[in-house]
This record gives sequence, structure tokens and C-alpha cells, in this order.
Amino acid sequence: MSISLLLYGLVAICATAMVITRTAAVHALLYMVVALLALACVFDTLGAPFAALLEVIVYAGAIMVLFVFVVMMLNIGSPAEQREKSWLSGGIWVVPSLLALGLLVTLLIGLRSGAVPAIVQGAAPIGPREVGLALYGPYILTVELSSFLLLAGLVSAFHIGRRIGGAGIAPLHPDGVHVGVNEHRGVDR
Amino acid sequence: MVWWWAIIVILGTVFGVLAVAALSTMLERRLLGFFQDRPGPNRVGPFGLLQVAADAIKMLFKQDWIPPFADKPVFFIAPIIGFLAVLISFAMIPITPSWSVAGHLNVGLLWVFGMMGLHVYSVVLGGWSSNNKFALLGAMRATAQMISYEVFMGLSLLGVVMTAGSFALSDIVEAQKHVWFVIPQCLGAVVFFIAGIAETHRLPFDLPEGENELGAGYHTEYSSMKFGMFFLAEYAGMALIASLVTALYLGGWSGPILPPVVWFVVKAFLLLCFFILLRTALPRPRYDQLMAFGWKVLLPLSLLNTLVTGAVLLLRAGA
Repeated sequence: MSISLLLYGLVAICATAMVITRTAAVHALLYMVVALLALACVFDTLGAPFAALLEVIVYAGAIMVLFVFVVMMLNIGSPAEQREKSWLSGGIWVVPSLLALGLLVTLLIGLRSGAVPAIVQGAAPIGPREVGLALYGPYILTVELSSFLLLAGLVSAFHIGRRIGGAGIAPLHPDGVHVGVNEHRGVDR
Repeated sequence: MVWWWAIIVILGTVFGVLAVAALSTMLERRLLGFFQDRPGPNRVGPFGLLQVAADAIKMLFKQDWIPPFADKPVFFIAPIIGFLAVLISFAMIPITPSWSVAGHLNVGLLWVFGMMGLHVYSVVLGGWSSNNKFALLGAMRATAQMISYEVFMGLSLLGVVMTAGSFALSDIVEAQKHVWFVIPQCLGAVVFFIAGIAETHRLPFDLPEGENELGAGYHTEYSSMKFGMFFLAEYAGMALIASLVTALYLGGWSGPILPPVVWFVVKAFLLLCFFILLRTALPRPRYDQLMAFGWKVLLPLSLLNTLVTGAVLLLRAGA
């Protein structure tokens, strides 16, 4: 069990390193998907299958698809890749590496002193029923607050995406093609 | 489960799905011929059955061309992702009480949804890596369509999950001993089926590959077995939706006299035929109509279904 855990962790770390070093945006995003899937495997191994599946559905299956979608629409070409390449070379690595090293040292000291609880081996996996009972029991306030937040996000997205009457910016057609305001008026959305 | 039986079940499921996907291409062409009052493929072998083999040979021996302007690694993995995602989803389908790879998994339904989420990548990446305008437009449509319809699909299932009290597909089938969920959950069943058609981008919702406007959509640049994988994934996806509807709403393997496997296969087969009938019967909507229908009709309907089911369950628990 711990060997597979280490393996998944290793995959996650390698994929994350690739996310940082890739210059093509879509490739970086794909490595990020791999990292998220590896993380889901880690969750499952630790006995949280529900959290693992949510990770796959929400992060890998929805949010990252939207990222890829946006990158696809922007159609980032080779000039941007060249620019990224120039950013990734030379002394730019020094400060982030030092900061990450500091984090690693702190983490190792914390692990040595036992501040982080050890993984409980052989504990019963937490299924969807337990998670649901916990969410709508002791954590009900958090659930409600996050639903407020999502509603606010929805309302503001709707506000930004509304049709502007008269002169102004033409709304984006569902196909992602800009159409003139007058041309668009007749289309039933 | 003993290990050798587990291996038999896994291999049987994989090859069974492949066979069903290949044969349903044949079934589709024969049925289309029948519905349109023409013979359909009837020259190769008895009833034209060897047409499947002929198509497979054609597919395998065609030139496997990767366009020089394509993003090669992404172009290569896109069809594989799609095919694997569909194939892995079949692990959760309980065909009979003893024949299922992981039908008892307590997050089975979520697993299927996770795989559907990953399936979107095959279309997106296939379209993007082809570096072709038609392919890109097809991929954009497919992404928007699949992500939106996944929402209604999930919401329409909440009623079933609430009534059965489990995400495990075999528990859901067991919960339909007395009455199939298609009766109390008829609204959810209709929404799920429509969303399923959109999710597999079959006609009438095949806008991602609308041939009159986009060439072939996201797989315009694909040839040979890479195209074959997209093709097989589409038909396997159709079989997956048919099996899911069977297990979730039509009582799965349950039925009188005949053995369970026969009931499951008969129900799923009839649903497949219905898929094909829809293809012949319905015209393709416009893209904005498709999205508006989803968000303005299906979303409120599935929310209403969830609300009513929840209320009924609460009242029944209180009584």
C-alpha cells in the first residue's frame, strides 16, 4: 500500500515539475491533469475514494477542461513559446529554488518532530455516506457559505456576459465568433 | 471474487465491449437501411455480417497519416484517452449479480462521471492538435456541449441515488426489485437519456462533427486506426449509455423466467435500437438551440426532479 502511495506521489511531483518547465501552454496543462489524477490516486490510497473521485470530476474533468478550452481559443503560437523559453532560462531559477528549499527544510523538520500526524494504516475508507453526513452535520455552515460564494460568482458571471443593448461591445456568439450587434439581434439564443 | 474469475470477468468485459462496439456499427447500418426502406449492407457474408470484418481490415490497412502541422504527441494520445475512458467506465456496469468488474464499488456512479469528464479531453485535444480550423471549431462545440450536458446528467441522477441510497450500481439495481426507477423517476430518466445522447455526441446532437458545416469536426485530420479508435469509442459510448440507462432506470438484470444476462442484454439492445431510430427520425438542431435547450429546459427539469424526489422521500421518512 505504501509503495503505491510513493509511486503516485512520485508521479505527481514529476508531472508538477513538467507543468512548470513546459513552454507550450497546452502541454503544461496536460501535465497538470496528470498531476491531479495522481493526487486523486493518493487520496484513494489514503482511504478517501469520494474525495478522489471529486478530484477527478471537478478538477481534472471540469476546471482543467475549461483551462484547455481557453488556451485553445487564444491560439497561442510559437512567438509566445519562444518568450516563455527566454523567461525560463538563466538566473531566474535561483530565488524560487531557495524559497522552495526553505519550505522543504521546514516540512522535513516538522515531519521529524512529529507535528504532522502519521498516516493511519488500515483505517476503514471513508465512503460518500460518511462525507455527506459530515458535510450536512457539523460542517453545514461551511457548505452554506460556499454556496453563497458560488451564487455570487454565478451572478457576476451572468452580469459580465449579459447582452449590451445598442452600441457597445458585440456579445460573443456561442461558437466563439464575434458577430456584429445588428447582425446578432435576430438570433434567438 | 476468486482471482481467476476476476480475470475472466475483466477480459470478457473488455472483449465484449469491443465486439459490441464493432457489431453496433453493423447494426446501425442495417437498421438505418430498414428504417429508410433500403437493404443496407447485405453483400459480405450472411446478412452482410462480415461487413464488420471488412471494415476492420480496411481501417487497419489504411495509411496512418499524421499531418506535419499537427502537435504529434497530443495528436497521438487523444484517441487513446477517449477509448480508454469509455472502456474503463464499463468496469462499473453490473451485467448480472456475478458478472461485473466493480459493480459494488461504493463510488461507482461517480467513477463513471469522472471517466466521462476525462473523455472530453480526447475530443478537445484531438481538435486542437490537428491544427485545423474545422477540427478546432468542432472541438470547441464538443467541449461546451459535453461539459454542459454532464451537469444535467449528474443532476438527473440525484433522484435515483437518493431513492436507492447508494452510488453503487449493483445496489441501485437491487433497489429496483419492486418497481423500476423509470416509473417514479420518469422525468430524470428522460433528462438522463437526452443528456446521454449529447454526451456521446450522437445524432441529433452530433454538432461537433456536423459534416455539412465542419467537414468531420474534431477528427477531420485523423485516419486509419486512430480514426478507428474515435469511431469505436463513439459506439462503445452509445453502448455505455444504453447499459447505464438499463441499470439505473430499467431494473438492470431483473426480469422473470429468463436468466439475468438475457434480460440485461435485451434491454440494452432495445435502447441501442432506439438510439439508431432517433438518428433517422430527428433533424440536427442549431448549436445555440442545443445550448439553450440544455440550460433553459433540461436544467430546471432536473432540478425540479431532485426537489420533488427529496420532498417525497422526506415525507415518507416522516410518516
